[in-house]
Amino acid sequence: MYDSGKIIPGLIIFVLFITIPIWYNHGDAGDAPKPELPKDAKNCVLPVEDIRANHMQLLNTWRDEVLRDGERGSFELDGKQYQKSLMLTCMECHTSKKKFCDTCHDYASVKPYCWDCHIAPVE
Amino acid sequence: MDKKRRDFLKVAGISTLAGLGGTAVVDRLVSGSSPAAANASGAAQEAHGVEPKAHAPATAPTGKRYGMIVDTRKFQHDPSLGEKVEQACITAHNVPQFPEKKDDIKWIWMTDYENCFTEKSLLYKDEATEDHQVPVLCNHCDNPPCVRACPTKATFKNKDGLVIMDFHRCIGCRFCMAACPYGMRSFNWRNPRPFIKEINKHFPTRMRGVVEKCNFCAERIGVGEMPACVEACGNTKAMVFGDLNDPHSEIRKLLKENYTIQRKPSLGTHPSVFYIV
Amino acid sequence: MFEKALKGNNYYWMWLAFLGFFIGVAVICYLRQYFYGLGLTGMSRDVSWGLYISQFTFLVGVAAGGVMLVLPYYIHNYKAFGRITILGEFLAIAALLMCLMFIMADLGQPLRGLNVMLHPTPNSMLFWDMCVLWGYLLLNCLCGWVILTAERKQVAPPKWIYFFVYISIPFAISIHTVTAMLYCGLPGRHFWLSAIIAPRFLASAFAAGPALIVVMALILKRVANFDAGKEALNKMVTIIIYAALANMFFVGLEFFVGFYSNIPGHMHTLTYLFFGLEHHGHMYNNLVPYMWGFIILFFVGIGLISHPYTRKQSDLWLGLGCASIFISFWLDKGIGFVLGGFVPTPLEEIVEYYPTANELFITIGIWATGFFILTILYKIAIGVEHEVEA
Repeated sequence: MYDSGKIIPGLIIFVLFITIPIWYNHGDAGDAPKPELPKDAKNCVLPVEDIRANHMQLLNTWRDEVLRDGERGSFELDGKQYQKSLMLTCMECHTSKKKFCDTCHDYASVKPYCWDCHIAPVE
Repeated sequence: MDKKRRDFLKVAGISTLAGLGGTAVVDRLVSGSSPAAANASGAAQEAHGVEPKAHAPATAPTGKRYGMIVDTRKFQHDPSLGEKVEQACITAHNVPQFPEKKDDIKWIWMTDYENCFTEKSLLYKDEATEDHQVPVLCNHCDNPPCVRACPTKATFKNKDGLVIMDFHRCIGCRFCMAACPYGMRSFNWRNPRPFIKEINKHFPTRMRGVVEKCNFCAERIGVGEMPACVEACGNTKAMVFGDLNDPHSEIRKLLKENYTIQRKPSLGTHPSVFYIV
Repeated sequence: MFEKALKGNNYYWMWLAFLGFFIGVAVICYLRQYFYGLGLTGMSRDVSWGLYISQFTFLVGVAAGGVMLVLPYYIHNYKAFGRITILGEFLAIAALLMCLMFIMADLGQPLRGLNVMLHPTPNSMLFWDMCVLWGYLLLNCLCGWVILTAERKQVAPPKWIYFFVYISIPFAISIHTVTAMLYCGLPGRHFWLSAIIAPRFLASAFAAGPALIVVMALILKRVANFDAGKEALNKMVTIIIYAALANMFFVGLEFFVGFYSNIPGHMHTLTYLFFGLEHHGHMYNNLVPYMWGFIILFFVGIGLISHPYTRKQSDLWLGLGCASIFISFWLDKGIGFVLGGFVPTPLEEIVEYYPTANELFITIGIWATGFFILTILYKIAIGVEHEVEA
């Protein structure tokens, strides 16, 4: 191989560089986040696995139904009526954005822009 | 000879394809000239007798078409009404109040008669128009130029005939602002949050970089309430809101009993806001 | 072929460094704007488009102007344009990239730009503008590159490329027509609501684009030992003269319609642009000097390039004449047309627009980026020419 003296160290540096996140954290992914669950509510609008995986799609669906299709009808859960609303339904039970939303979002390093417009509960 | 014929066939084939494609695009353009629940209207214009029938949609009115009558005489009788209406909207929709005029965001506001009705002759003004102001707000046109202009369908006409914004989708190109012939649209030139005096948790704020305007309180009429400005007028009937497509509605009754005008009707936008002068 | 851009004399590198400086400043200014919002510009709810969109509009014309070389060369087989057609194609690429940068700089939510494709809306002229601008950009990249590669190998370009060359001609017309349609289809903006806008845009484009190419060719003759040829330049100047006259004719028609009909809405903006508009006892006239600059520079330019002496004898005066036409039409379309259209507002108030320093630096930076790209593309094209000659 030509220039192996340059290429091999170069490759090593490159590999080290792109693996910074791994060795910087000593190969430890950190503790799984523990979002604080509401104390007085038993059921969410979807089963826990579904809502954990698909809450963003659900919020988008609600958004399009309410805003674009004008379908503002409520739905029933445990004998109570709820609106399709992040601010007025989700955050009714999950009263803390910091202790619920942010724990996972920070861990996964995602920054949803919901809160640029929608108003988080006062904490 | 043969070669020429082959060339001819090639050219003919390609032009046929292009022609077919072209017509498809034209068809799409013509049929899709106003998307969403495009032609919710009709009856109102005919009753009003201003618009030529050729412009009115051919289909019978199916959905609703919300509209408003503003009785400017009531605003003259009670000059505090204007302020009340503006405030009600600002509170209901978290409309920011900036110190600099350059950043202004307005949904409904009071303006002079000649700014509202730019096409009316004003050589000799009567006292009422000289001294008093009239409220202006989005006209929720039946044929809205802003909806035509929007490249992402972020602004659209919903099934009730309201022209509203999907702030999630707006890219902030401001084509709708250039397209609106009434100057009713505002842009978030900077983050509006710090400039909202008291936050109403039942309505979101906006982020910087999106366009906003009066939404006829879509969020309120969706749950059977009246728009905030109409509610602020109390029972003065200075603003009356209702379905223009319902011949028995109060607004249609008022349109029948009073001579009303619209802003810039010559532009063919079919405004849904009517003024009693 | 990119390696040709990596070899150059000191002036070449100094020029690129000079442009690079302005690009750097603009990057910083853009980051400020990105994090603060478009409030850092002079725009407001009354003048909702400013320098960015006006530059965009003008540069679409510069890009379309390249077709004035492509069309005679490929359709009429006008051989004298053989050496400089590539200059027109590469100018179109640089101008279109500037256009796209100006659009991005103007968006309130640039990260959502792809919504235009995710939610395609055929009734919006902006959607079609995106289609034709990207189409024309890709066509020029393809045609320019394939033809230059063929020239380098000293073989005839492949036949299939001519298909793309021919469709690039209607595309050039369409980019500026659709850009005009952004304006002339809006109800209530009387100055823009005129069927002559698209032809006028094309006329000024077919003058300004070739004028810039002539200036470039004259500069390249001095600094890069590249001679476009007397005949080619002469023919281009003829094209510029006719196109420039057509543009002025169309401007004159606007004046006639406005002032003879005496309809206030049709006169307001013209009055504001050329004479200043009085409103509630205040005179609004901040664009008047620019518009008279447009008129004066047009006469200076047309006088210079029509005169037999400059055309035959003097590269310097010919260059100055073409530069005058270019700047003149920039003042017309790149300043007056877009900014003037917002006066008066739909509520018949007058709000004047003054760009901020931040906005100016971003604008200058995007122009610098365009010229940076243009320099590199021209370096490659001329490198190939010299290689073939050697």
